[in-house]
Amino acid sequence: MGWLDHLVIIPVLLPLVTGALLLMFDERRHKLKATINVVSTICLGLVALALLDLANTPTAANTETASVYLLGNWPAPFGIVLVLDRLSALMLVLTSLLALPALIYSLSRWHKSGPHFHTLFQLLLMGLNGAFLTGDLFNLFVFFEVLLASSYGLMLHGSGPLRVKAGLHYIVINLAASSLFLIGVAMIYGVTGTLNMADLAVRIASVPDADRMLLDAGAGILGIAFLVKAGMWPLGFWLPTAYNAAAAPVAAIFAILSKVGIYVLMRLSPLLFGAEAGASTGFGDEWLMVGGMVTMAFGIIGVLASQAKGRLAGFYILVSSGTLLASIGMANAPTTAGALFYLVSSTLAVSAFFLLIELVDRVQDPAANVLAVTMDAYGDDMEEEEAAEEVGVAIPATLVILGICFASCGLLLAGLPPLSGFIGKFAILTAVFNPNGLTQGSTLSLSTWVFAGLLVVSGLAAMIAITRAGIQTFWAPIEGRVPRVLLMEIAPIAFLLMLCVGQTIFGGPIMRYMEQTAQSLHAPETYIQGVLTAPRVPSPAKEAAP
Amino acid sequence: MELVLSIGIGVLIGSGVWLLFRPRTYQLIIGLSLIAYGVNLFIFSMGRLKVAAPPVLASGGPVNPADYADPIPQALVLTAIVIGFATAALFLVVLLVSRGLTGSDHVDGREPN
Repeated sequence: MGWLDHLVIIPVLLPLVTGALLLMFDERRHKLKATINVVSTICLGLVALALLDLANTPTAANTETASVYLLGNWPAPFGIVLVLDRLSALMLVLTSLLALPALIYSLSRWHKSGPHFHTLFQLLLMGLNGAFLTGDLFNLFVFFEVLLASSYGLMLHGSGPLRVKAGLHYIVINLAASSLFLIGVAMIYGVTGTLNMADLAVRIASVPDADRMLLDAGAGILGIAFLVKAGMWPLGFWLPTAYNAAAAPVAAIFAILSKVGIYVLMRLSPLLFGAEAGASTGFGDEWLMVGGMVTMAFGIIGVLASQAKGRLAGFYILVSSGTLLASIGMANAPTTAGALFYLVSSTLAVSAFFLLIELVDRVQDPAANVLAVTMDAYGDDMEEEEAAEEVGVAIPATLVILGICFASCGLLLAGLPPLSGFIGKFAILTAVFNPNGLTQGSTLSLSTWVFAGLLVVSGLAAMIAITRAGIQTFWAPIEGRVPRVLLMEIAPIAFLLMLCVGQTIFGGPIMRYMEQTAQSLHAPETYIQGVLTAPRVPSPAKEAAP
Repeated sequence: MELVLSIGIGVLIGSGVWLLFRPRTYQLIIGLSLIAYGVNLFIFSMGRLKVAAPPVLASGGPVNPADYADPIPQALVLTAIVIGFATAALFLVVLLVSRGLTGSDHVDGREPN
């Protein structure tokens, strides 16, 4: 077993060790802590890229790769496994690509406004990476709790009554959802006697009819726990308020938090209730589809109705969650491929948007803000911290740069050409209209038309809302208030937007990767076989003997 | 025994859910704790109820699995207890901070008019 085989566990271990190490240093040593954190996050990004390469390189044995890491060297159904396939590698890369800009942005001032920011940040990364890698339901719960516990801390970072109130609601909802998670996991264990996802996929087909209802109930309850995270209507009312109240870099990294629920549904729905699942095939697909569409509709109304840009971004997350959920509900590989492309693009864009909002709001005259209807929810208390010293040179033509970034975010979020948001939506629409490839005379169901309509309208709504916000900000008379923006604050936004541009330019190869990912998700035999037949490492004594 | 256990779980979770819908933070934390207890008992019961059976195998000799209780739910319960305890403690801190900042124990930070 070479060192390369141990690479799979690095995304969990590295943030854990870094987070623990950062606890050792005094809070006042900001520079040291920041340096350690940045170095660790960059290393994490490199590891994630290496893992992506590993997952994408076909081995000699088969073309579909799933690297399996047996924790404690126990064989698969008995011990906990970490599984690296294309989907988890993609999510790992996305996480580290979001983490780095958010971290750099926070170094301009946010990281000093509360204790243990860096530790919590690293532990959040550990929870995210673990949740993307694990192949065991209960282990998934543990990593969920790790990421939630640190997200509670980050949510409250910077303090203030508004954040504490939103954080209180956020914590209660997630604690209740965790209880549902446990009930669901316990019921599934009670019926099938296993918690390993691959083993579960094998056993679900042979569950006796008398127990089938219990299994479905368990899976449904478990699904609700994930849907709360993803923000499906009517479980997602907490989301816009919480994300709006969080500090800008925290909101930027939280953009991936709602995608964790999506990831799990994307993984489990075809794995457990795919074509092999016997009587349970397609369980929950209609719910996801209908729920996703209602979420989209709710999000569209919210996007149009929000005055504050933070709430706009929060509702946009609901729209994108709804789109993804409905695409998962379609349960076919081409739609999933489009949804994956859309997931990456929308997460990067909304993360950039959260960072940008804070800078743009500095432009606005505070008096003009009073006009905003949601001023009450929006809070004056955030402005106070800005009075703190801001060392550095103000970039000339700040407004031009901010305007360009704002317009790019608008294009990405609305899904207009030429940026990657358009490609993602286009891929979903193409797949929805041609579920069996390009054939003549295939009939389309009503739900397809509704979904396509909502997808187009959601783009229009985002465009209207962002244009309105842009006009209010950039074309309103500015009374001598050109904001001071540090290079360190604008660079992360530019980085995220450049990633989206890169995703547009390399759309072909990336789309092929997404298609392969979607295909292996919908044909999970390789995954199941890979996990269940993963060889144990022989003990060193035995290896030495012959 | 099954009846007593299921009634117990039902009462715990039922009271917990009712408290969760109340507007005071103290009621919330008691509600969440009760739900956590109910859930822990529920996980435990998913390994099937068995009296006087150890979960850990005795060393040596042939093993008859029927003589033993399922150890996995017990391990899961331990983990769930620890996590539930930690999150309840964390919530307690947030509750106190909210009380300190707003001067109210209402979940919205202000008394309804």
